Amino acid sequence: MKIGIPKEIHPGEKRVATTPEAAEQIIKLGFSVLLESGAGLEANISDEAYQEVGVEIVESAKTLWKSADIVMKVRAPEQHPELALDEIDLLPEGGRLISFIWPAQNEELMQKLAAKNATVLAMDSVPRMSRAQKLDALSSMANIAGYRAVIEAAQHFGRFFTGQITAAGKIPPAKVLVIGAGVAGLAAIGAAKGMGAIVRAFDTRPEVKEQIESMDAEFLMLDFKEEGSGTGGYAKVMSKEFIEAEMALFARQAMEVDIIITTALIPGKPAPKLITEGMVESMKPGSVIVDLASEQGGNCALTEKDKVVVKHGVTIIGYTDLPSRLANQASQLYGTNLRHLLTDLCPDKNGEINVNMDDEVIRGATVIKEGKITWPPPPPKLSAAPAPQTEAPAYKTEQEPKKSIIPCWLKQLIPLAIGGAALFGIGAVAPASFMTHFTVFVLACFVGYQVIWNVTPALHTPLMSVTNAISGIIVIGALIQVSAPDQNIQILAGLAILIASINIAGGFLVTRRMLEMFRK
Amino acid sequence: MSHSLITMSYIVATILFIFSLSGLSNQESARKGNYYGMLGMAIAIVVTALSPAVSSYPILIVALLIGGTIGAFAASKVEMTQMPELVAIMHSLVGMAAVLVGYANFMDTSSTLTGVEKTIHEIEIYVGILIGAVTFSGSVIAFGKLSERISGKPMLLPARHWLNLGLLIAAIVLGWMFLQETETGGGSLPLWIMTAIALLFGIHMVMAIGGADMPVVVSMLNSYSGWAAAATGFMLSNDLLIVTGALVGSSGAILSYIMCRAMNRHFLSVIAGGFGTSGGSSAVVEGEVTPVNAEETAQLLLDAKNIMIIPGYGMAVAQAQHTVNEITKLLRDKGKKVGFGIHPVAGRMPGHMNVLLAEAKVPYDIVYEMDEINEDWDDVDVSIVIGANDIVNPSALDDPNSPIAGMPVLECWKGDTTIVLKRSMASGYAGVGNPLFVLENTRMLFGDANATMQAVLKALKG
Repeated sequence: MKIGIPKEIHPGEKRVATTPEAAEQIIKLGFSVLLESGAGLEANISDEAYQEVGVEIVESAKTLWKSADIVMKVRAPEQHPELALDEIDLLPEGGRLISFIWPAQNEELMQKLAAKNATVLAMDSVPRMSRAQKLDALSSMANIAGYRAVIEAAQHFGRFFTGQITAAGKIPPAKVLVIGAGVAGLAAIGAAKGMGAIVRAFDTRPEVKEQIESMDAEFLMLDFKEEGSGTGGYAKVMSKEFIEAEMALFARQAMEVDIIITTALIPGKPAPKLITEGMVESMKPGSVIVDLASEQGGNCALTEKDKVVVKHGVTIIGYTDLPSRLANQASQLYGTNLRHLLTDLCPDKNGEINVNMDDEVIRGATVIKEGKITWPPPPPKLSAAPAPQTEAPAYKTEQEPKKSIIPCWLKQLIPLAIGGAALFGIGAVAPASFMTHFTVFVLACFVGYQVIWNVTPALHTPLMSVTNAISGIIVIGALIQVSAPDQNIQILAGLAILIASINIAGGFLVTRRMLEMFRK
Repeated sequence: MSHSLITMSYIVATILFIFSLSGLSNQESARKGNYYGMLGMAIAIVVTALSPAVSSYPILIVALLIGGTIGAFAASKVEMTQMPELVAIMHSLVGMAAVLVGYANFMDTSSTLTGVEKTIHEIEIYVGILIGAVTFSGSVIAFGKLSERISGKPMLLPARHWLNLGLLIAAIVLGWMFLQETETGGGSLPLWIMTAIALLFGIHMVMAIGGADMPVVVSMLNSYSGWAAAATGFMLSNDLLIVTGALVGSSGAILSYIMCRAMNRHFLSVIAGGFGTSGGSSAVVEGEVTPVNAEETAQLLLDAKNIMIIPGYGMAVAQAQHTVNEITKLLRDKGKKVGFGIHPVAGRMPGHMNVLLAEAKVPYDIVYEMDEINEDWDDVDVSIVIGANDIVNPSALDDPNSPIAGMPVLECWKGDTTIVLKRSMASGYAGVGNPLFVLENTRMLFGDANATMQAVLKALKG
């Protein structure tokens, strides 16, 4: 099948849906890839780079849409500025499209696509499951947005992020507050932390406390009991009391921090207003607010979409195209996400896709199948739910009675008693000459015990080989016998000498070889 | 040479042997210790050769020379990965020598002992040959298993415990018959039968032990070879042999104990054999693994600050230790903290991994024991598991039904990312599934350990 990658037409959109690396992998799956000339230019990828891995360059968007079996894009289809027609009209009847769609916000678009009998997979509808992580483009883009938010903030912030003590005076570190610790929030925490700032973070979901702390940021606790987790790992709308407590916290923090990065979103709802005009006013002059929710109306009351404004001395950044501002990186991650989706769609690696609606991941991503709107999908099953425990208790009770047959104290005494009886037995019958040898033997055992416990575990192999060599001392026994008059004894003893001396020489020399290797 | 002088020399040799063992308490003194051992052995042999009891030198010298040459040749040729095999085969030689000396002593009729002393002497011969024969056949089988000439799977005969008990009773009964017959100058027949039984017992014992328990078996046979030497010492009334045998015997016993503790297994249950065949009720591992390639691995390593490498038997098999060392050097040059975490039973004998890493010239001060690092996993960014399985199995800690439940393991999954190098998705030697592989922060790098490590090295350089 032919996969077409058109140039993005949204104003300011610099990303492209595939990179040469991803395209190479896609071609390996058996597909052929067409690319509209110049599609990657804004992301610093030339047509030649694509051609090198076997991508065919197509001059016009029209031919591309016509000849491709599957079109992969970043943005949802929209009015083409140069051709003066909608991208949907370019899509052939029964065509296939993979891109961001946002079906909840774009009902009209969905209807139009359905009317075309198209099959559409929305990258924004990929279910949030462990297995689907590798094709979760929202996370990839959020990660970039979080990082870029810190960079934008740094650009408009008049001070260092990190604290320093210099000959010219002490520089306090910047204080950053991150609201909403999703992927973007965590990425922002990481980036700000990496630049040396003091980072605090807040989220309504208590389970992310650990994640925030793992990034070495401070989690702002709200002394209020309410669970903020909705389905699929997203946040939900909170109660009125909770929001009041939350706002009080933000008001206190606003006076203290230098930079606020807000990432609070609730799926399918306008972004909650968390930073009021009063809070902005209370911030120190020169402070920066980066509002990652400005697409959905913004978390800050004063945010203006796609603009940087200065109000009450505070710079408020409302860019909605942060991933596109890191076009190359974003294209790489998005391209890889798409490639993973294709891998799932094409399990046989034969260049044919199979929209398998039994696969939970593909089912979730498919919003229109052959003209039928299949969105929204059935709610995802939480994959992390623990499997029910069975049979384990019964197993335990069975073992219990076994133990009680012999009481514990008796168990400890038995070996002692046996040992004592054996020693008594030997002492009762053994002659004096045996006893001297026995004394030596027992003492030697204890010396060995003391010495060996001190051997470092790293040298256990040399210990084995040297004890091996030393146990070749048995050669002494053979040496004494080798001069016996009986020829058979001589032969036996001679053989024993030969064998034991292999041991002695081999053991010592190999130990030496090993020990020579242990170098600091 | 006078009797007292000989005894005094033996004492010196004994002390030198003790020094040689105590020298192993650290790497610096170990080399000196080894020379003490050689000196002790030289003194013992020379003094014995010069004693009045020895008169026929040709056989003695020829045998010593041939044996010494073979030993030296083997020592210089053996690969470090083959150390377990070498050690096992050398144990068998000690056992063999003990049997030969025992028979020679039995045939020597010049003994003037009478009464109880004579009986005790006969018992000593009998026991010496018994232990020697068990050591011999057991070690030969262990050698076969280690060198993979014999399958590593435990061979379990039906009613094997009763079989062992039967063999033991037979040995005792034969011993009684042997004592009766020696009164009249005979006794060779029970001795022969007993030797055969002891050989069978040794074979059966080691055959029933699974591959994962090999470190215990090797150290246990080490212990046996010591007891065989000690028994020979009793037989010949030679204190040097007794002391040395006891030293080696207790050394092997302690090693076995350490190995058993490292696997949380009871010594008797190791000897009884059959590890890894029971415990079918343990949880089946389900989930999806996340494979990575060498380039991605290299990138993970470059992004990490604190790296921990966990080698296992697979590293030895693939001979990957040199490549691993080069990667370690490269990463350390880049300012990363690289350490090695060694599980006590990693490999097929105690200390096996340390020797391999030392061979590859990995500095030993970055090689850590399990107890030293198990607390610190939270700080580790990336850990690489090379050809190890059971020693990094989380189910040992959290699944009470797992056959390896309770065994202390390297808790690498507590670090940020774990990369597991593996040939395929087959389970480890213990035949236990490993939930580590399907954890979210685990990446699987499939392929021959050496080849993949080479590729990672190339990616790191490039």
